[in-house]
Amino acid sequence: MNVPLHVRIQKRLAVPRWIELSTAIFSLLLALAVIAVLFRALGVNPIVAYRKIFRGAFGSLYGLSETTVKAIPLILAGVGLCVAFQARVYNIGAEGQLLIGAICATGLALAFPDLPAWLLLPGMFFVGFVGGALWASVPALLKARFHVDEVLSSLMMVYIASELVNYLVYGPWKGLSEMGFPYTDKFSPSAQLPRLFRTRIHYPTLILGLVLAALAYVLIHRTKWGFEIRVTGENPEAARYAGMNYLKTVLLVMLLSGGLAGLAGVGEVAGIHYRLRYPQGVSPGYGFTAVIVAWLAHLNPLAVIVTALLIGGLLVGGDAIQVALGLPVATIHLFNGVILLFVLGGELFTRYRIRLEWRRE
Amino acid sequence: MWDFVLSALRAAIPAGTPLLYGTLGEVTAERSGVLNLGVEGMMIVGAVTAFGVAHSTGSIWLGVAAAALMGGSLALVHAFASITLRVNQVISGLALTMLGLGLSGLVGRRYIGTPIRTRLVPLTIPGLRDLPVVGSLFFRYDPLVYLAIILVPVLWFIMYRTRWGITLRSVGESPATADAAGINVFLVRYLAVFFGGMMAGVGGAYLSVVYAPAWIEGMTAGAGWIVIALTIFAMWDPVRALLGAYLFGGVRVLQYRLQPLGISPNLLNMLPFAFTILVLLISSGGVVRKRIGAPAALMQPYTREER
Amino acid sequence: MTNQPGQDSAVEMRGIVKRFPGVLANDDISFEALTGEVHALLGENGAGKTTLMNILYGIYHPDEGDIYIRGQRVTIRSPRDAIDLGIGMVHQQYRLVPTHSVAENVVLGLPGNLLFPGRAARRKLEEFSEKYGLSVDPEARVWQLSAGEQQRVEIVKALYRGAGILILDEPTSMLTPGEIDDLLSIVRRMAADGHTIIFITHKLDEVLDISDRVTVLRQGKVVATQETARTDKPSLARLMVGREVLFRLEKKPPTVGQSVLQVKGLHALNDRALPAVKNVSFDVSAGEILGIAGVAGNGQRELVEALVGLRQSTKGQVLVGEKDVTNQPPRTLIEQGICYVPGERLVGLVPGLSVAENLILKDYCDAPFAQGAFLNYAAINAHADRLVTQYSVTAPSRETPVRLLSGGNIQRVILARETYQAPTLLIAAHPTSGLDVGATESIRQLLLEQRDQGTAVLVVSEDLEEVMQLSDRIAVMFEGEIMGIVPAEEADLEIIGMMMAGAHRTPTPEAA
Repeated sequence: MNVPLHVRIQKRLAVPRWIELSTAIFSLLLALAVIAVLFRALGVNPIVAYRKIFRGAFGSLYGLSETTVKAIPLILAGVGLCVAFQARVYNIGAEGQLLIGAICATGLALAFPDLPAWLLLPGMFFVGFVGGALWASVPALLKARFHVDEVLSSLMMVYIASELVNYLVYGPWKGLSEMGFPYTDKFSPSAQLPRLFRTRIHYPTLILGLVLAALAYVLIHRTKWGFEIRVTGENPEAARYAGMNYLKTVLLVMLLSGGLAGLAGVGEVAGIHYRLRYPQGVSPGYGFTAVIVAWLAHLNPLAVIVTALLIGGLLVGGDAIQVALGLPVATIHLFNGVILLFVLGGELFTRYRIRLEWRRE
Repeated sequence: MWDFVLSALRAAIPAGTPLLYGTLGEVTAERSGVLNLGVEGMMIVGAVTAFGVAHSTGSIWLGVAAAALMGGSLALVHAFASITLRVNQVISGLALTMLGLGLSGLVGRRYIGTPIRTRLVPLTIPGLRDLPVVGSLFFRYDPLVYLAIILVPVLWFIMYRTRWGITLRSVGESPATADAAGINVFLVRYLAVFFGGMMAGVGGAYLSVVYAPAWIEGMTAGAGWIVIALTIFAMWDPVRALLGAYLFGGVRVLQYRLQPLGISPNLLNMLPFAFTILVLLISSGGVVRKRIGAPAALMQPYTREER
Repeated sequence: MTNQPGQDSAVEMRGIVKRFPGVLANDDISFEALTGEVHALLGENGAGKTTLMNILYGIYHPDEGDIYIRGQRVTIRSPRDAIDLGIGMVHQQYRLVPTHSVAENVVLGLPGNLLFPGRAARRKLEEFSEKYGLSVDPEARVWQLSAGEQQRVEIVKALYRGAGILILDEPTSMLTPGEIDDLLSIVRRMAADGHTIIFITHKLDEVLDISDRVTVLRQGKVVATQETARTDKPSLARLMVGREVLFRLEKKPPTVGQSVLQVKGLHALNDRALPAVKNVSFDVSAGEILGIAGVAGNGQRELVEALVGLRQSTKGQVLVGEKDVTNQPPRTLIEQGICYVPGERLVGLVPGLSVAENLILKDYCDAPFAQGAFLNYAAINAHADRLVTQYSVTAPSRETPVRLLSGGNIQRVILARETYQAPTLLIAAHPTSGLDVGATESIRQLLLEQRDQGTAVLVVSEDLEEVMQLSDRIAVMFEGEIMGIVPAEEADLEIIGMMMAGAHRTPTPEAA
């Protein structure tokens, strides 16, 4: 094709902070505008819809509390993904690790209902972390030893985990008192996480999330391990020359990432549902949504707190417009998808400079 | 016992058909080197499109065609993002899945609960259909099932016995070589991804206008993700895709029927995915990878290095 | 040897000029190849041979000059145009799809009918086999073929597309001696059949063996075009490397101390499991610079990688001081005081990390940069500031990501990191490639400073001038072997040229 007008994409050398931030905001606004157009085309009044979403998520105390509720697993899983993604290990299977964490916590709760809470709850978090970590170690080992792509292998593990949950709630762990629903019995009181006043915010998990976010930040930017993670992610060759152990690094980030996702799972069963339920009833895709949360946060664990609240707010807003406008809950996926696409596109502007030039011939 | 097997097979084939369409499409896309994680979104968009169009026009085939177009269009967005903009393919695919889910939910809300007016008549060949065993097993399905089955050898032939196929596979294995041979790598990838999206759309359409038939929000229920697994399981080969699709589909649909035999449906469901991981493992070894492994350039965006 | 080539011009390139940023690759080059002749294009790296041929093949566009094919003036805008004109090129890196069959590779990208033309293709392949000895199994998978066989596939590909003019770029670099003989025989048969072969090489033996005429390029210019029968190795070598003025850097005479690095009979394989380093022995002493010269691709890369622990050696020994460090991992070698400035700059650096962080890439585990699990950024930053000043690194700040720095500054960062602790042995591979004149000067100065401070320095470079400027002793590598080691003052350019082209060997004192 001999078109005289050429579009040349040049790698931009310096990326000043203001460009990054303004591009992110611009992408967001553009995304919202596109969605507004889509709404219009489908017969929904975008202004009304947006207002309802915002009000629903942030306009009332109830809304804020529900936003926080949704943000909790997103923070935990999102922070874990930051760590993994920094090493360019794309752990798409966080959802599975979350479910395994939920399973392990449930197992402990059902096995030892009479333990005191101060023993049982930390124990549940512990086994949840370990379970999630072990679940993530499979794709980790496959990647480090056999160069199997972690995206595909961790994704498959999600299905296996999901079926495991189904197996348990329909089978050996089926609740005796729950009339054939795919639930386990309700946890004993000592296996139930306390909530903040009359909201559903299971604050121990929230605190855990915030603390771990801070720790993750310190890990990545202030420790030797974090250094190794960042070097490995950017330039595995240089990492090898510097004597860094690739296997160790990949395993480390996946164990952490899986464990954190597992903690998110524990929070859901011990803090919200007080039982194990069929997979979608435990997590409506938090593990996948966490990918957006981490990506939007530019892989910064502290920023994850903000993006988790944002996306959590969107999720709550989705519930709100379902009730108020009869819009399906899936609408939120639309938001997530479009926003993510525009953010990805926006990243392009920060990374590259697009030049138009005339070429002879 | 024999009856059971027969009825199981007869149920597996329609259950596997949407998976087969999706897999044939995804195999094509991945053979060109692009991973399309947005299959779920494209399938469900296809489902709602087909239902809507079939409902208003009264023609199933128009619905299917429209579904193919919509699925393909959605795929073009992914293609643009991952091929031209060279964005991370994994994230882009995920975004498209969410987009598709959301869009379909919105568009489909007025179809919830409406019955479909027309039906796809099963294609029966008089004479053949009355054969004792074979008749009911092979000759009583709707046309879309047969179409999918026919597509398999067609795609196989194109892929391995024509210049188009060589071009496609070269782009996925070694885009630099293909580029040096004068092939437009970007165009090939765009077409392959578009085709993948179309197939996903048709697969979704099958669900909503034939299999169910109805529009239910989220009715693909993860079929798109299974397609991703199937693509690996099939080792990127159309013929194995056929076997895999019916296997996976059969397992899904039969999980409850096997329960009286003491086989837990859930553990059964796990097997295909566990097996897929095994395939990933086996095909990662050097020599083996060259024989049956993933296209070498899968997930790597291509840039022509210029001085 | 060969038949009488016809007098018809097959290819003529007149007044070709090609500029790249910072370098004039082709400087008013005129070149002609006749039908049915084998024409060698001789020169060292950077002489402009590959650039010239890339222009002929449509990969680059000349800034000035014309091309004539069979007497007609043509414009070649892309490889497609070149192929249409009957020009084919076999590059050093084969452009083949490993998992596909030979037939599939040959047919790739060709327009024509849809069906994979099994029979027609097979017939043509058989024809090539009979005519020229190019036997290939159409069904064989390319990854299973040897380098020689793969090269044959590449040649067949070109012929299949109707190439009457064939360009071979350093074709023997990856072949075994037997395969080289086969190739040369194939070339002769093709030439006898009227094909024009342009043979890019830096090996004098091949030139004399196969070509009818030879054009020597040096630093972008044509130095001479001669009939091969009328010339000889020494003359060609002189033409290839001859320099009018050799200006030397200000250099104190070396204070040579103990032997630091001893390499004894080292063997190593390349990525294709072929021998790349063959029985290499040399030693480097404290306070001197040993330069290894040679055309790229003669095993230098593999040798350096073996010395720094990034490649296994199959035989032989590497000793540092008294210690045997053969095949030790990089970490151990670093601890022995071996420092490495890699040829590909970005391999030794993490582009997205800051200058300060890159400076501690090797030492991040040690005090004072790390305390327990944590990094001590106060110490790291102080260290960075010190080195930035000491090595005159120009960077906006120490937090700046390293990829934003200019090539010269990046190199200074690497050197700073590698040399601040007075290494025992410093290995520098192509230290100034791609750098501007100012940066090149200062980097070379830094290397000399290291040598004056008593470090043993090994410089591997394709830039002969650089090697001659820096080195106290010069070794030449050709096809994996050391052809000779000579002291710099006694270096005879002609002899060095011949060593680089494989035509001379200086007897070296027996390695212990």
